[in-house]
Order: sequence, then structure tokens, then C-alpha cells
Amino acid sequence: MHKIVLKKQLSHDMFWIEFEAPFVAKKAKPGQFIIFRVDEYGERVPITMAGTNKETGTVTLIFQAVGRSTMLLSQLEVGDYIQDVVGPLGKPTHMEGLKKVCVVGGGTGNALAYPVARGLAEAGVKVDMVSGFKTEELIVLKEEFEEAVDNFYLMTDDGSAGEKGFTTTKLEELIKAGNDYDEVITVGPPIMMKFVNEVTKPYGIKTIASLTALMIDGTGMCGGCRVSINGETKYVCVDGPEFDAAAVDWDVLIARNAYYHEEEKEERDHICRLTGGVRHYE
Amino acid sequence: MNNQMTKTPMPSQEPDVRNKNFKEVALGYTEEMAVNEAQRCLNCKNKPCVAGCPVNVRIPEFIAKVAEGDFAGAYEVITSTNSLPAVCGRVCPQETQCEGKCVRGIKGEPVAVGRLERFVADWHREHIGNDKVEKIPSNGKKAAVVGAGPAGLTAAGDLVNKGYEVTVFESLHKEGGVLVYGIPEFRLPKDIVAYEIDTLRKKGVTFYHNVVVGRSLDIQDLFDEGYDAVFVGTGAGLPKFMNVEGENLVGVYSANEYLTRINLMKGYLDEYDTPIKKHKQVAVVGGGNVAMDAARCAKRMGAEVHVIYRRGRDEMPARAEEIEHAEEEGIQFHLLNNPVRVLGDENNYVSQIECIKMELGEPDASGRRRPVAIEGSEFTLDVDGVIMALGTSLNQLIVETTEGLDENDWGGIQINDETGACTREGVFAGGDAVTGAATVIKAMGAGKLAAAHMDEYMQK
Repeated sequence: MHKIVLKKQLSHDMFWIEFEAPFVAKKAKPGQFIIFRVDEYGERVPITMAGTNKETGTVTLIFQAVGRSTMLLSQLEVGDYIQDVVGPLGKPTHMEGLKKVCVVGGGTGNALAYPVARGLAEAGVKVDMVSGFKTEELIVLKEEFEEAVDNFYLMTDDGSAGEKGFTTTKLEELIKAGNDYDEVITVGPPIMMKFVNEVTKPYGIKTIASLTALMIDGTGMCGGCRVSINGETKYVCVDGPEFDAAAVDWDVLIARNAYYHEEEKEERDHICRLTGGVRHYE
Repeated sequence: MNNQMTKTPMPSQEPDVRNKNFKEVALGYTEEMAVNEAQRCLNCKNKPCVAGCPVNVRIPEFIAKVAEGDFAGAYEVITSTNSLPAVCGRVCPQETQCEGKCVRGIKGEPVAVGRLERFVADWHREHIGNDKVEKIPSNGKKAAVVGAGPAGLTAAGDLVNKGYEVTVFESLHKEGGVLVYGIPEFRLPKDIVAYEIDTLRKKGVTFYHNVVVGRSLDIQDLFDEGYDAVFVGTGAGLPKFMNVEGENLVGVYSANEYLTRINLMKGYLDEYDTPIKKHKQVAVVGGGNVAMDAARCAKRMGAEVHVIYRRGRDEMPARAEEIEHAEEEGIQFHLLNNPVRVLGDENNYVSQIECIKMELGEPDASGRRRPVAIEGSEFTLDVDGVIMALGTSLNQLIVETTEGLDENDWGGIQINDETGACTREGVFAGGDAVTGAATVIKAMGAGKLAAAHMDEYMQK
């Protein structure tokens, strides 16, 4: 059981929670994820950590309450407990030999990109951060990014804050302006990551994408998270979550991730009638 | 002495009833049936059945107790060498082990050792229980067990019985390993697994969930924490696929995923959140016990189920009983057929599986006749789900993260076959993590062997 020690609501459906998980906090590195199970009836949900604190033994998640599990998680308050947390899982972000990197985050992906960007900066890598959001209301971690990275570029689809436009537009502009990136790291919706790769491809810049996939155990047992990498089957949980963006079969990933959307929609309609995370059938 | 040539029949749910529910198929012997069956045992002097058992249960001795009606005494005999009798009585392949060696099996059917073992374990649980089981006094030494599956639970049981302070680290949120995520409720009720674990807990074993050794902790951390020896029983790893076109389409699962969604995550029960699709037509590829479990689960979820296996019925690795049960439940077998590719619709959802007919050629390295494709015999089956049950390859996590731990030729953890000791001092291993996918009882045998040598090592 993992006690929640801090909770903030960042927007109408974005939340920041910090909870006790001393083993995870001790070992976690940027880019790794955990699996949580909100209660006895919950699914096992993988989510990349937004931060950890070794001193307090806590882990931070920033998440959007979109599915049943994240909605139930968002209804827990400080002092409540999360049933299960396991991690850190997956391979950490590869940082050796990098001098200058551009990190591109989209939507909730920015929360997951944050520890990577900060980790790189702390390791002495020069970091440009391009963060994209739909609109001003959905912006998260602006101050944190500004403090952590060398250059922070804020983009919104509607121009309500920062510059109007997509992250890919800004990325291309930065590359054209002569920024010599060793690597571009992207975290966000698969469709955005796919286009980030299309921007960098002509310039021959190595592009790493952090993938999210459906998974159960997270240790290489179930095979649910498999992705096609250069035509070869790989597992997000043990081989990833970061892969060469150019090698990913994006269409298959997008389709696989959408497999349970119908069930999730039903669950969502159901949970909207719930209050306080209390389930009907207890 | 009972001269009956066949086993006392096992009462079970009717096929057309059970293929719609997840309740246990075989209902178990009554006391009268058990005594009747026990009286078939000849109590042979050289006990071939005992030699056929990986944990050397003293079979004629416990059966003699059953014949006398001393069921509690029978339980004591079994549990002196086997810590999970209710499990073994249900899932062991007795026909190739104890019962395969039974003299009564030469002319007629062997004594139903498995059914009797199950009866004794169930009788004890129902009549005596574990309320009076007490904590075993500590000998002051600490042993760590990685993985709460059959190998780890057996090692933990043997070590705690000898007085070691045992801590088991499990990566999932529940103990049992394949007994809870793989084997379905209708073959092995989860309450029984939980009961066995509860007994270990009462004896003093500590269980930690959600700890992935190799990530949350590594083997060195365990020694730093003061453990004197470590047993690694992490099981097999990544599911195998065929490497055919269309395998990553939506609706193609490994058997591990499909079974875990149902068994561990209880996707078939409404109150649990884990989603599971209710397919109309499912193809299960493979011919082992896992394939039978997946097929029978899919049937219970309401699908029409087709098992596709590239060799013939005699070559199927699944237990004969499981194949018969599956057939009775209405699962269709397409033997001597091999999938060539999986076809999808415009949304990347599975729509068909294309197979080719096979014939059997010369025996291969496994001694089984090699299947050869018959050119031009391709055909398709309409399906909306495909479950690949082709075995697993080894998980490298522990070997990769532990200094001094060598790999064997097939990617498992290297051990000394006589002691279970790994190449790093103080570390022992056994079960699928060493051998690749095998059986519950073989893993238990390996856990038992390693526990005996860990005891020797820690007493040095």
C-alpha cells in the first residue's frame, strides 16, 4: 500500500500526485516507468514516472484522468492509499555521449518528458525543450521546464499561450537554424512522435521515441506490449520503453493501443456516476 | 485388495455445463471412492511410482493410509516431501510420472495416484485446516526466494521447515506464479493456491509483492540486506511467436496474456476492471497444456474455438486428459495444420488465419516425426481472435543484472544439476528460469533440490 502525500490538480483532468514508494524511488532513473493498481479490482496500468525523490522515498506521477483507472486514481486524496505500485520498470534513458539534445513533448507526454529533460540537463547535456499543448488551460510544468533546461519553447495549437503551432514546426525551425542535435527525444501521442521522426529523418538526426503500450505484468511475461521494430517483434516493458523512432511501426502501435477503447468508454460512462472513488459492488 | 481393472471414475461437471462456467471441472472423490481406489494399490516392494515422482512422494505408504481410512495420516506422509499436494494432485502429468510406472497399469489402468493425492489434500483442508499451524522457531539464518511460483514456494516451504527465516519476493501483486496467472480456475481453484500460501505464511514465511528483482532490487542488495543465500525461481520469460506476417495485428495474443487477463486479473468477472474481449471465433495455435487452457478459457468466454497444431494427435505435448476434456467441451481440433500468416482488416484487426496442411516425415531431434507442409494446401479460417501458445523463451533480467551469474546454453540461468547452485556463490536457481518452460512438478523438484543444498551451504 502506498500513501499519497501530495496532490495537485493541474487542469480540469490533469493531476499531480506524489506517493510513498521508497524502493522505487531509490532505484528509479529517468525514462523508467511503474505499474500501479488502484485497488483490488483495478487493472495494472503502466505509467512513466514524472519524478522521484530518494530522500523522501516518494514517486511523482502526472497524469490525465481519461480511463477508468486514472479516473479512480484522480479521486484519491492525500492520506489515501494506492493498492499496488511496482517498479522501476523498463530501461532508463540512454544518456552517455550526448552533448546537445532536443526533447519534444506533446500533451501529457510533457509530464513524462520532464524527468528525461531534467536528467539530461543534470548530466551536463545541453537541452532544448519543445512543449506542445492544445490550449493554455492544459499547460503543465512550464516553470519546471524553464528552470531545468537551456531553452524552453512553448507551443499551443490555438496560440492561447507561447507560439501558435505544432511542436514539429518549432523542431524543424530549430534544426534549420543550425542547432546541431546529437539526438531528438520525443514523448507524446504516437501520431506526434511519428511526425517528429519525419521532421528529423531528412537531417539524419537520431530520434528516440518513448512508447506507451498495453501491458499486464511489465516484466516480459505477457507479451501484450509488443511492438514491431524494423519488422522485428520487441517488448516495450523489457526492451523499451524507448526505441529508435525510425524503426517503429506506428500504425500497428496506434491500432493495438486503441483495442479496448470501446470497453474504456463504457467504463468511463459508468465511473462518471461514481463519487469519491467508491465502487458500487463493495 | 480391489481387482477392479480401471480407475474409480472421477465425478465431474457435464461438458455442456462446464464449458459455460469457470468452476472446477473435476469434483473430487468421496471418502468411499478414495478408499475403493486406494485398495487397488499392490504396495509393490520396489515402488516404481516413487521413482517416477520428481519430489519422491512415498506413494504406496500414503495410499495404504487412505485404504485404512486414515486420511490425516496419509496427509502427513505426502507433506513430508511435497508442500503443495492439492496443487500436484490436480495439475501433475501423473500418466508420465508415478502412474506411468504403476504395475497395475500394465494390464488395465494404473492406480489413480493423482486423484488420491488431491483427495487427501482436500480432505485435510476441509477437516483439519491450517488454523493450528504455528510459526517455526528461527535458526537465526535468512534465506531469500525470488519468485512465488511452484519452484519458489517449494523452496520456501522446505527452508522454513528447517528453521530458516524465509522472505519471498514476488513481482506481481499476488503469489502463486503460473498457478495464479496461467492455470485456469476450472483446473486449479485459486482459493486452494491461496490456502497453501497462507500455510507457508503461518509457518513464518514473509511475502513481499511488487518487487522485481533485477529492477526494484538486485541480488547484491539481498546479500547486503543480510540474506545468507538466495533462491531464484523467476519462471520462464517472453512468450514465443511464430514470426509470421500479421502476428502483431490487434486481436492476436500470447497465451500468457490471454490467460493472465482471465486468471490473475479476473477479466471474466464484471467487478474487475481488466478488459477482455468476447470473441466469436478464436484460433489457438499450439498443442501443449497452455494451448488447452487458453482454448477452454476462450470457449467459456463464449467463442467457437479452433485449435491449430502442426503435428498429429499422438505428438501433442498436452496431457491426454486435457485434450479429452477440451474435445468434450466442443473445441475443434485442426491437427496437421500450420498457420502461415494472420490476415487483418482495414483497421489492423484480425479477420482470418491462413493455414497450410502438413504431413509427418522423418523423426526430428525431439524424436517426434517432423511435420512437412503439403504444397498448395493453404486454406483460411475466419477468426476475430488468435492466441499463440507456442512456449516461452528465457527472461534475461536476473542474469543481466547480477554479476557472476552465468547463462546456460539455452539462455537460462546456469546451475550445477546436482545441487541447484549457480556460478555465483550463495545463489541457487531452479524451475523454468533454468530449464525453459516445463511443468509445475519439475519446478517443484528443482526447488526442493536447491533448498536441500542451500541448507547445506548455510550450515557450513
